[in-house]
Amino acid sequence: MNNPCHTLSRVAATLLSLITIGALFAVPFFAPRAIVQDLFGVLTLLVLALNWNMLAGFAGLVSVGQQAFVGIGAYAMFAAVILWGLDPMVGILIGGLAATLFAIPMAFFTFRLNGAYFAIGTWVVADISRLTAGQWMALGGGTGTSLPKGTARDMFGVEAIKEVLDVSSAAAADALTYWVALTLTLLLLVASYLFLRSRMGLGLQAIRDNANAARSVGVDPVRIKVAVFIFTALGTGLCGALMFMQITRVTPDAAFSVIDWTAFVIFVVVIGGIGTLPGPIIGVAVFYCLQRLMADYGTAYLIVLGLLGIPIMLFARRGLWGTFVDRTGLEILPLRHLAPPRRCSEDVSRLAASQPANGMENRRSVTSI
Amino acid sequence: MSILSLKAVSKSFGALKVTDDVSFDLGSGEALGIIGPNGAGKSTLFNLITGNFPVDKGQIFLDGLDVTRESAMMRCASGIGRSFQIPQPFGRLSVYENLLVAARFGGTVPATEAPDFCMDILERTRLATLANREAGGLPLLQRKRLELARAMATRPRVILLDEIAGGLTEAECRELVDTIREIHAGGTAIIWIEHVLHALNSVVERLIVLNFGQVLMAGPPEEVMASRAVQEIYLGIEA
Ligand SMILES: Nc1ncnc2c1ncn2[C@@H]1O[C@H](COP(=O)(O)OP(=O)(O)OP(=O)(O)O)[C@@H](O)[C@H]1O
Ligand SMILES: [Mg+2]
Repeated sequence: MNNPCHTLSRVAATLLSLITIGALFAVPFFAPRAIVQDLFGVLTLLVLALNWNMLAGFAGLVSVGQQAFVGIGAYAMFAAVILWGLDPMVGILIGGLAATLFAIPMAFFTFRLNGAYFAIGTWVVADISRLTAGQWMALGGGTGTSLPKGTARDMFGVEAIKEVLDVSSAAAADALTYWVALTLTLLLLVASYLFLRSRMGLGLQAIRDNANAARSVGVDPVRIKVAVFIFTALGTGLCGALMFMQITRVTPDAAFSVIDWTAFVIFVVVIGGIGTLPGPIIGVAVFYCLQRLMADYGTAYLIVLGLLGIPIMLFARRGLWGTFVDRTGLEILPLRHLAPPRRCSEDVSRLAASQPANGMENRRSVTSI
Repeated sequence: MSILSLKAVSKSFGALKVTDDVSFDLGSGEALGIIGPNGAGKSTLFNLITGNFPVDKGQIFLDGLDVTRESAMMRCASGIGRSFQIPQPFGRLSVYENLLVAARFGGTVPATEAPDFCMDILERTRLATLANREAGGLPLLQRKRLELARAMATRPRVILLDEIAGGLTEAECRELVDTIREIHAGGTAIIWIEHVLHALNSVVERLIVLNFGQVLMAGPPEEVMASRAVQEIYLGIEA
C-alpha cells in the first residue's frame, strides 16, 4: 500500500487546483479584455464538452442534438429579457430551466430509439426546434433579434464591478459573464464528480460495461439515463443562455447550430478522452492552444485539429487523457471506490500462505485460454 | 409454500423450441439441481426465470405473484439473483465495485454497510485479494467466482447458478460446495445447473433432468441418477 505517497500527491493536486482556480478567478483583475473574452469562449466550450462527455462517454447516449438545449436556453433568455423585461442573469436561469423542461418530452421520444437511431432522433428534434424558433415573430422570426442597447450595462452586478476594476461597462459585463462561466464550469465539474461517485453513477458505469448484467443486479438503465439526459440539458441550456447573452444577438441558425454546439464539442471530447472526467479539460486546452498558435492562419487550426483527431480516433480510442492514464497509471479525479483496507494485512498473509495453490491456478488459467 | 413456480413455460428461437412446456415448483429454501445434455435449454430456462428473455407461453410466479411480465431489474429487486454461464463482469469496474453495484441496487444495502457486506462475500468466495483489480482483466476461473459473488451481493432469496464448478481442482470444488452449502444454510433457495455431478449431488435435494427443452424427470438425486433414461443421456454425452 503506498498510502502516504497517495495522500501526498492528493494534497499536492488539491493545492494545485486551488491555485489554478484562484488564478482563473483573478484573471479580469490583470488581463486585457481580449483574454477575458477568449477564456470565456474556452470555458463555455468546456461546459458543453463536460455535458456531452457525461451523456456519450458515461451514459452511452450519443446525442447530436445538444444544440437544441443551447438554442432553447438562448431563446428563453432573450424572451425573458426582451419580452418580460427581466434581468439577463435571471434570464440565464430561465434558459436553463426551459432546456430542462424541454428535455423531458425529448427523452420520452428519443429514448424509444437506440444507438444511431437515437443520434438521428436527437438531431431531428433539435432541427424541429430550430425551425420552430424561426417562427417566433416576437423574437425576430428567421432573422433573429438583438438584446436592447444597454442591457449589459444595466445588468445586475455590472455597476459594482465597474467601480472595483475601474473599467468600461462593456469590460465589466465581460468580467461578469466570465465569472459566471467559470462558476458554472466548476459547479459542473464538482457535480459530475459527485454524481459519478454516487450510487447512481456506479450504476451508470455498470450499464456502460454490460447493460444486461446491470439489469440482472437490479440497475434500472432507463431511469439513470433519463436523469443524466435531463441533468446535462440543464448544464447545456444554462451555457447556451450565457453564450448568447455575451454575443447579445440570436438567430435560429446560430443558436441551433449543430456544427458549433455539437460537432465541435464531440471533437474536443474525443481528442481529450471520452468517458474520463479530465478528458474534456485536456481536449479544450489542446483546442485553445492550437487556436492561439495558429491565430494568424485563419481557420487552419480546424484543419490541424481534424488531422490530430483522426489518428486519435483510430489509435488512441480513449483520447489523450485515457492513453496517458493507461500508460502511467496516474489518475486524477479517480472514480474508483476502493475496497475497505481493514483486512488488507490479513489478506496479504493469507496470500503468502496459499502461494503454491496460487501458482497452480495461474498455470491452469494460462492453459485454459 | 413454494417461492418460485413455473407453469407450462415455453420458448422458441425461430423454429427451435428450446423450452417446451416446463412446469415445476421450488420450495422456499430448497436446493434444486438441473442437469441435461448441452443445448437442452438449461441456460435458456434461467434467462426466462430472470426476465432476461421474454417467455412465449406460460407463467412464472414468485411468492405466488405473477412476474411473467416483470423486467429483469424488478425480478432482481424481488429476490432473484443469478450468475451467467459465460461470465459478464462489469469490465472497467473493480472486483469490489462489481459487488458494490449489486449490493447497492439489487441488495438495497445501505451505503454505510455496503463495504463490509461486499468484503465478507469477497472473502467467502476467495476474491478478497483481488478486490481492487479491474474485473475485465481477470482469468476465467476468477470471473466465474465473481459471478457467484455478485449474485450473492444482490441478497437473493432464490439464487440461480449456471455451471460454476467446471474447470476447478478437487480442492477448489470442495471449497465451492462448502460456500454453496453455506448460502443454502442461510435460507436461500438454490437452482444449480451443473455438469460436475458429484459436486451438484452433494448439495441439492432434488434433480430435474432437461432434454430437448422438456422435463424428462424429476426426483431425489439417487433416484434420478439411477434411472435408465438419465444414464443413457449421460453415457451418451460423457463417453
Ligand atoms: N439467444 C439465442 N438465440 C438463438 N438461439 C439460442 C439463443 N440462446 C440459446 N439458443 C439455442 O437454444 C438452445 C439451448 O441453449 P441453452 O444455452 O439454453 O442450452 P444449455 O442447456 O444451457 O446448454 P449448455 O449445457 O451447453 O450450457 C441451443 O441450441 C442454443 O443454440
Ligand atoms: Mg448453458
